[in-house]
Amino acid sequence: MSATAVHSLWTTAADPIDKIDAPKIEYGQLAPTLIVIGAAVLGVLIEAFVPRKFRYYAQLFVSVVALAAAFAAVVALAAGDYGTTKARIAAMGAIAVDGPALFLQGTILLTGLVAIFTFAERRLDPVAHGNRVDSFVAQAGAVPGSAGEQAATKAGFTTTEVFPLALFAIGGMLVFPAANDLLTLFIALEVFSLPLYLLCALARRKRLMSQEAAVKYFLLGAFASAFTLFGIALIYGYAGSVSYGTVAKVVDGTITSVDPALAGTMGNDALLLIGAAMIVMGLLFKVGAVPFHMWTPDVYQGAPTPVTGFMAAATKVAAFGALLRLLYVVLPGLRWDWRPVMIGVAVVTMLGGAIVAITQTDIKRLLAYSSIAHAGFILAGVIATTEEGISSVLFYLAAYSFVTIGAFAVVTLVRDAGGEATHLSKWAGLGRRSPLVAAVFAVFLLAFAGIPLTSGFSGKFAVFKAAADGGAGALVVVGVISSAIAAFFYIRVIVLMFFSEPKADGPTVAVPSPLTMTAIGVGVAVTLVLGVAPQYFLDLAGQAGVFVR
Amino acid sequence: MSFPLLTATAALPAVGAIVTAAVPAARRTAAKWLALLFSVATLALAVVVAVRFDPDGDRYQLTESRSWIADFGVRYELGVDGIGVALIALTALLIPFIILAGWHDADPLETKSSRWRPTQGFFALILAVEAMVIISFEATDVFLFYIFFEAMLIPMYFLIGGFGDRAHAGSDEKASAQRSYAAVKFLLYNLAGGLIMLAAVIGLYVVAGNFSLQEIAEARANGSLDMATNTERWLFLGFFFAFAVKAPLWPLHTWLPNAMGEATAPVAVLITAVVDKVGTFAMLRFCLGLFPEASKWATPAILVLALISIIYGALLAVGQRDIKRLVAYASISHFGFIILGIFAMTSQGQSGATLYMVNHGISTAALMLVAGFLISRRGSRLIADYGGVQKVAPVLAGTFLIGGLATLSLPGLAPFVSEFLVLAGTFARYPAVGIIATFGIVLAALYTLVLYQRTMTGPVKPEVASMPDLKVRELAVVAPLIALLIVLGVYPKPVTDLVNPAVEHTMSDVQKKDPKPEVEAAK
Repeated sequence: MSATAVHSLWTTAADPIDKIDAPKIEYGQLAPTLIVIGAAVLGVLIEAFVPRKFRYYAQLFVSVVALAAAFAAVVALAAGDYGTTKARIAAMGAIAVDGPALFLQGTILLTGLVAIFTFAERRLDPVAHGNRVDSFVAQAGAVPGSAGEQAATKAGFTTTEVFPLALFAIGGMLVFPAANDLLTLFIALEVFSLPLYLLCALARRKRLMSQEAAVKYFLLGAFASAFTLFGIALIYGYAGSVSYGTVAKVVDGTITSVDPALAGTMGNDALLLIGAAMIVMGLLFKVGAVPFHMWTPDVYQGAPTPVTGFMAAATKVAAFGALLRLLYVVLPGLRWDWRPVMIGVAVVTMLGGAIVAITQTDIKRLLAYSSIAHAGFILAGVIATTEEGISSVLFYLAAYSFVTIGAFAVVTLVRDAGGEATHLSKWAGLGRRSPLVAAVFAVFLLAFAGIPLTSGFSGKFAVFKAAADGGAGALVVVGVISSAIAAFFYIRVIVLMFFSEPKADGPTVAVPSPLTMTAIGVGVAVTLVLGVAPQYFLDLAGQAGVFVR
Repeated sequence: MSFPLLTATAALPAVGAIVTAAVPAARRTAAKWLALLFSVATLALAVVVAVRFDPDGDRYQLTESRSWIADFGVRYELGVDGIGVALIALTALLIPFIILAGWHDADPLETKSSRWRPTQGFFALILAVEAMVIISFEATDVFLFYIFFEAMLIPMYFLIGGFGDRAHAGSDEKASAQRSYAAVKFLLYNLAGGLIMLAAVIGLYVVAGNFSLQEIAEARANGSLDMATNTERWLFLGFFFAFAVKAPLWPLHTWLPNAMGEATAPVAVLITAVVDKVGTFAMLRFCLGLFPEASKWATPAILVLALISIIYGALLAVGQRDIKRLVAYASISHFGFIILGIFAMTSQGQSGATLYMVNHGISTAALMLVAGFLISRRGSRLIADYGGVQKVAPVLAGTFLIGGLATLSLPGLAPFVSEFLVLAGTFARYPAVGIIATFGIVLAALYTLVLYQRTMTGPVKPEVASMPDLKVRELAVVAPLIALLIVLGVYPKPVTDLVNPAVEHTMSDVQKKDPKPEVEAAK
């Protein structure tokens, strides 16, 4: 098999880019990203110029409209065959417009939209000084417990900046899986990470914990970003380019000419291997794979729950998208090197996440470890190195993100005097007090556990099938074993909710506004539809399973 | 297109489950009657299936086939053979009795109105289990079967964990802890089995490219599908493990006594008489049908495990102090017989095993439900708390005795026929195994008769002195079951006629012929 033939296995050739004199930006094809970033900028202006009491409504309106419009743009692009036959590289080689990019952008936008609903929820926290408040701090700059904080609360301040911050993050996430050169990748990484670090620090209650989570996330995230950047530099030294296509050609030996300025380093395999490992490390950090997962439980626990849900769902989608593109477009020639490593990472991620989750006593930490285990399952699809592998990962991400957002939205409802009651012991007997909420949460847990007739099962089956087809049967066996382990702690929560007697001082379930209800409702609907009749969405993911090169 | 009879049979209880669950909290009785109505209507449909089924016709009849998840190579394919028809009939028959027997089991303790609706939930869950069991008997697509095989664990789990025995010795808190332990154990054992099977299901897809039983059988017959010996063995083990947990086979049986002990009597019947049958049924249909060579390869080991189940289950039944756990261990012993019959690889053995599934369902239902009535009267599951009941409640004692005698396979009652067939079929190929298995019957006589003697005979214990006899509702549950036991014991032909052609097909799957009877030359 020749090198080019290997490369064309799971990619399709784009139209050649003509020589371009002036920068040419395909505004139409980049519309989804541009709309979201534009709305984020508008959001900043709203913060500056709109009176305080109208800001919340203005921000919510702008965010929802922007995300819906961006999603419509993605659908229009997909309907215009940009995902299949007209897949191309836009913005002078910086951004790919192809099936996986559009599919993931659509997923990110929808999860973002649902997440914005949970951000905007103002009926859960008790009314403070006559003002309805959301899950975010009154004034982020005020020291926790200080007089300034009290004054800000009393004045009814709310941090409506969360909306533009979330939009910026979503904008970065839209670019991340579509980035077609390493620098765009890095910039997108920073654009979505920095707002997330901030959002993590903005919890209204348990502020110190929230700030601690943000600092941890920021420090570790900065560390991972540095790795990525260093890796990019090394790859540039190796290939003389940061463009995915060019690097790929240098890797598989199609381009052999040496840039005279880089004569000392070009073609040095050590640079390639170390550089690739460092970039992949940065991405594995973002998906929360073992051994780069340490931040996940602390950050998930400390961050405001709507942010946790958003982060758990959308970040994972974006990061896996970027990882897929990197491995399938840039490094296919290196797959005999990265596959064994990724198999190892997938195994420890699946088992590690599942085993450590057993000992958790906090529902948010439990879901964090569960998300680690799920990252392992998705990696099983990634290492399949087939077109089927790509589409199975896309499907899994779509299925998983809605379950996650829904599950965290339910967590925001269960409250006691101290805010959300996240300790598991407080969930005892929830099924007796609020059968409906407990039943909905049980559906999400069963989907996490991969019980048939839920989206979790369809997704799991898709990635395992792709992995087995791709020759990683052993990985499938590890996968089912860790599923069995993971089932234990999901079941434990269900036991707690339904079969334990409610405690006298147990939490109450707050009645949310239609916003959160929509988020949870969408989660349940997607979970069941993808479980019972997944064919349409599998087709969609299947059509989207080819990267442009 | 003809009326999708099989879909309707499975969908009717599912609809019933939804309708029952939606009944308002205050209308408990309406929910009960609705559930009963739906289960009886399902029975009627099952009868139609049995009538429309032609035992001498095609192997799979009343087939339905629709595309479902093309990406996974999965089709919505249904079809029944004689074995499936018999077990669907058994399921549909038992559910109304289970519902009737559990009429008051889920009445809320406190009368204050709340949104917690245990009664509606209880009956809805029973109907949901029925729907899933029926569709697993009908599925001829491995994936479709797998989905419901796994999904039925969830309602079953809530039935065990959510609705315990009121009559539990000890405090409420302890009872509830034991109950959720039993439910979790049930779920984890079966889920682990199911997940191992999932790996094998995926493996089967990689090898065969689709999940249709018929297509795979055709591909095998015309040589386009050739499984490597080792692959086939691994896949077989993956499937068998799941079914052996469900059946349950020693040493994977330990969840059953917990589950049956803690669940209410009707739910215990649902577990052992209905849900567990899916395991043995699937061994016949999927293990033997898909992996004939590997089945033959594994036969010696499985026979040994089945023998251990028979003897071990019976021995432990002898030693039980708890009535429900005793019945559970007896069931383990009986499942040993069923598996023995399946893997003896003789048509007698397999017909016997299928018949055994039906008869065991009816006889265990009779015994366990009467035991449940007994326990609910005295409020204790311990054998030692009873004595002399036959003087106080003769009808109860009498029906209990008949259920017990059926369990020990007394000639004239249905289980005798099947046990005899299994033993005869086993003996024809493996005489030593047949002889050892026979000891199981002796032990069965011991545990049943000792149970009867200790609880029903002797001096009347003061606590049972005022025990009322069976009520009309309870008689309506027990009498038909006992009548069936007698009818099928005297005249089993309808069932054997139904089952035999299907067994012939399975035998041809594994390419086994019955051993010719040999008469040792006269010395």
